[in-house]
Amino acid sequence: MDWISFIEFSLIGLFSGGLLALVALGFVLVYKGTRAINFAMGEFMMLGAYLVYTGHTWMGLPLWLAVLLGLLGISLIALGVERLVLRPLAGQPVVSVLMVTIGLGALMHGAVDAIWGGRNLEMPQILPRKPLLWGDILIPGPIFWSFWVALAVIAALSLYFRFSRTGIAMRAAASDPITAYALGIDVRRTQQLTWVFAGCVGAVAGTIVASISSLSPALSATALGVLAVVILGGLDSVLGVIIAGLVVGWLESIAVGYFGGKARDLVPYLVVLAILMIRPYGLLGTRDIERL
Amino acid sequence: MSAAPLLSVDDVHLRFGGIRALGGVSLAVAAGQITAVIGPNGAGKTSLFNAISGFYRPQQGRLVFEGRDISQVKPNVRAAMGLARTFQNVALFRGMTVLDNIKLGGHNRMRASVLQAMGYWGKSSREEMALREEIERDVIDFLEIDHIRNQSVASLPYGLQKRVELARALAMRPKVLMLDEPVAGMNREETEDMARFILDLQEERGMTILLIEHDMGMVMDISNHVAVLNFGQLIASGSPQEVRSHPDVIEAYLGAREGRAVNASQGR
Amino acid sequence: MRIGDFRASYAHDEALLATPVQRSWMIGFVLLVLVFPWIGGSYLTYLACLTGIHLIAAMGLNIVTGYAGQISLGHAAFMGVGCYTVAALARMEIPFYLALPVGGLISALVGIVVGIPSLRIKGLYLAVATLAAQFILIFVFREWDSVTGGVRGVNVPPAQLGTWIFNTEGEIYYVIMACAFILLLGARNLFRTYIGRSFIAIRDKDISAEVLGIDLFRGKLLAFALGSFYAGVAGGLMGYFYRAITPEHFTLTLSVFYLAAIIVGGLGTVLGAILGAAFMVLVPEALRGVVSLVTVWAPNAMALLSPVREMVFGALIIGFLIFEPHGLVEMWRRVRRFFHLWPFKT
Repeated sequence: MDWISFIEFSLIGLFSGGLLALVALGFVLVYKGTRAINFAMGEFMMLGAYLVYTGHTWMGLPLWLAVLLGLLGISLIALGVERLVLRPLAGQPVVSVLMVTIGLGALMHGAVDAIWGGRNLEMPQILPRKPLLWGDILIPGPIFWSFWVALAVIAALSLYFRFSRTGIAMRAAASDPITAYALGIDVRRTQQLTWVFAGCVGAVAGTIVASISSLSPALSATALGVLAVVILGGLDSVLGVIIAGLVVGWLESIAVGYFGGKARDLVPYLVVLAILMIRPYGLLGTRDIERL
Repeated sequence: MSAAPLLSVDDVHLRFGGIRALGGVSLAVAAGQITAVIGPNGAGKTSLFNAISGFYRPQQGRLVFEGRDISQVKPNVRAAMGLARTFQNVALFRGMTVLDNIKLGGHNRMRASVLQAMGYWGKSSREEMALREEIERDVIDFLEIDHIRNQSVASLPYGLQKRVELARALAMRPKVLMLDEPVAGMNREETEDMARFILDLQEERGMTILLIEHDMGMVMDISNHVAVLNFGQLIASGSPQEVRSHPDVIEAYLGAREGRAVNASQGR
Repeated sequence: MRIGDFRASYAHDEALLATPVQRSWMIGFVLLVLVFPWIGGSYLTYLACLTGIHLIAAMGLNIVTGYAGQISLGHAAFMGVGCYTVAALARMEIPFYLALPVGGLISALVGIVVGIPSLRIKGLYLAVATLAAQFILIFVFREWDSVTGGVRGVNVPPAQLGTWIFNTEGEIYYVIMACAFILLLGARNLFRTYIGRSFIAIRDKDISAEVLGIDLFRGKLLAFALGSFYAGVAGGLMGYFYRAITPEHFTLTLSVFYLAAIIVGGLGTVLGAILGAAFMVLVPEALRGVVSLVTVWAPNAMALLSPVREMVFGALIIGFLIFEPHGLVEMWRRVRRFFHLWPFKT
C-alpha cells in the first residue's frame, strides 16, 4: 500500500473511531453504574435509529423533531427496562444480569424485525455527504462529521458528570451505593438516569451508523464489535475507551485497506482475544480486588 | 518448646496502597498446640490468615511451613500441602448438600480420570466410596452432623453451617487447621460444643490449630499460646495468663486512657 | 423423608436409581424411547431426533455455564467445529462411532484454545471472549472454502456402521438416542465424583475452592473442554441428521437459544438440560402452529415466524431469570413435593 493510501485509511480509521468510542461510552456508563455489561446495547442503537426513521420518513416530521422523538422513545424504553427487568434482579449475581440483557437484546431485535421487517431501509441524511478532499486524500463526509458529533456528546457527558450535581450524584452512587444512600442520594433514580443516558447515547450512535451505512435489524451486531474497544480501554474508564476507540478504528481501517472489506468483521474479535491474553483489564481499567 | 515450629511467619509486611495491614509480624506456630491470634477489630488478624493462605502476597517477609518457604506458592498448592482454613463469613458451597461440601475436602486425594469418572467405574467408584466411608467415620461422626448430611447447606442454621465448614476443613486431613472466628455468632451451648471439638482434635489427633477469636473466655480456656495484634503489629505473645495481664494488651482493648487506669490500679 | 426408603449401605445411598419406583420409571422410559419411531410416526420421530441433538448440546452448555458458572456465548460455533470435522471424516468413510468422538475431541481442543486466554479472568470477560470466538469461528466457516465449503456449505454422507447406512429419521434416531443416553449418563456420573463437585465449587465460591486445593484455572478449562466436546458431538449428529449444512446453522442466535434452553430448563441439573431441549423444540413448533392458524386472517404472518421466535426466546430468558431462576426443574420439584406430601400441606 502506498504512503498516501496508508494515511487516508489511517485518517478514516481515526475518524471512525470517534463513533466507536461513543458506543463504548454507552457500555461504560452501564458498567460503572450497575456493574453489568449491557449486551442489548446494539439493540438500543438499532431501535433508536428506527425510531428516528419512523419519525421522519413515516410520520413526516422534520429531522430535528424525529431525532428528539427517537431520544424520547429510547428514554422511555430504557426506563421501562430498568424498572421491569433490571430492578427485580437487584441482588442477583452479575452473570444473571448479563444473561438478562442478552434476552432483552433478543426480544428487542425480534420486535424490530417483526414491526419494521428485515430489509434494508434508507436513513434520512443526518450528516453532510460531501467528502473532504485534502490533496489526494479523500475522507467521506459522514465519517468525518460523525467524529465531531461523537466528540461533542462525549465532552458534554464528561462535563456533566464532572460539574453538575446530578452527574456527581450518579458517580457517587456508582462507586458506593450504600454510602450514597446514606448521604441522601436517590440511588434508584441515578440508576434509572444511567440507563436513560446509555440508551440515548446508543440512539445517537445508532442513528449516525444507520445514516452512514443502511438501516436494518443487523445494525445491532455492530455493537458487539465495540466490545473490543470497551475491553481495550478498560470497562470503567472513559478516557480509556476514547483512546481505545481511536486505536480500534484505526486498526479496522488499516486491516480493510490491506485485506479487504471482510476484515472489518474479524478485526475487533481478534483484538478482543489478543487483549484478553495480554492485558485483560485494558489500558486504563481498574483491577478487581475482591474482599475476602 | 524446643522443636522447630510447624508454621512460622517471619517479619511479614503487608500493604494495600497506603494502608498498612501487617507491619513486621512474626509468629511461630508449634506442632500439636492451639495458638490463638487475638486483637481489636482491624488489627490485621484476617489479613494474616489470608497471607498464610496465599491470597495476599506480603511485600516483605517469609512464610515457612514444615521447613519449606511457601511465600511464592499458590493457594491451592498450600492447601494440598496441609494448610486448611475456615472463613469468618461462612464460605460453604450453597448449591450442594452437607455431604458434598465435606467431600470436597478430599479433592486433592482423588485420582480418577475424567473418563473413569463419567463411567463411575473402577478407580472412580472405589475412591468415591472410600472417601465416603472415611468422611462418615472420621468427620461426620466426630462432629455429630450425621442427621443433616443430605440436607442442602443453604437451609441450615448458622451454628451448623460453621460446623459443616469445620468438617470440610477436617476432610482435608490437614496438618495445620486455621479457624477464623469459629464461634462468632454462637450462643453459649454452641460455643462450648465447638470448643470441645477443637480440644478433641488437639488431644485425640494431635492436630495443630491456629485460631482467630474474639470470645476471650474460650480463647483463654483452650489455647496453649496467644499472640496479640494491634494496628498490624504484634504487641504481645505468650501463654494465656501472661497475655491477659500484659499492659499493652489491656491498653489495646480498653483504649489508652482506660487501659492506663486499669494498669495503674493493678500496680503495673 | 420418604416412607419405605431404607438405605442400608453407603453404596445404596450413592446409587443413581435407589428405589424400585425410580428403577421402574427408568425402565419404562427406556422402553418408550426404544419403540418411539414405530408408535410416533415420522414427524414426531423427526422432532425427537432434534430434541436428542439439542439435548446433548444443552447438556454441554450446562456443564460449562450451569455447573461451572462460566458463561459461554460461543456454543453454537463449537457445534460447527464438530459438525465440519465429522463431515470431513464421514466423507473419508470413517464410521460414525469413530467420527463422532473425534469431532468432539477437535471441538474440545478448539475450546481449550479459546479458554486458555479467557479463563484466567472472571465471568464478564469470558462471555466477551466466547462471543469473539463465536464470530471468529463463523468467519472461518464462511471463508475456509476448501474444508467447510464456505457459504454454500457441505453435504454430509449418512452415518454408517459397516454396511448398514442410517438413512432415514427412524434409523438416525437410534444413533442420536444412544449418544444422548451415554453422554447424559456420563454427565450425571461426573457430578457424583470429585471432578463434578469441583465445578460446582468453582461456581459457588471460587475462593473457598482454592483453599480446598482446587486449581481454578484447570477446573474451568476442563469444564470448558467437556462442554465443547458435547457440542462437537451434537454438531456431528446434526450433520448426519440434516445431511446438508451451512455456516448459518451455527450462528450467535443458536448460542443464545441454547443459553435460553438451560435457563428455562434449569441451570446445573441434568433434568434441566432435558426439559430445556424439549422446550427448544416444542416452542418453535407451537409457534409455527399458532402462526399458521393466524395466516387465516393475516396471510403474511409466516414471515413473522423467525422474529417472533426470537422474541419468545428473549422473553423466556427474561421471564425465567426474574421469576423462576432455577427453571422448569424447580417447578417440577415443587409439583413432586406437593404430591409427596399430599394430602398434607407441609
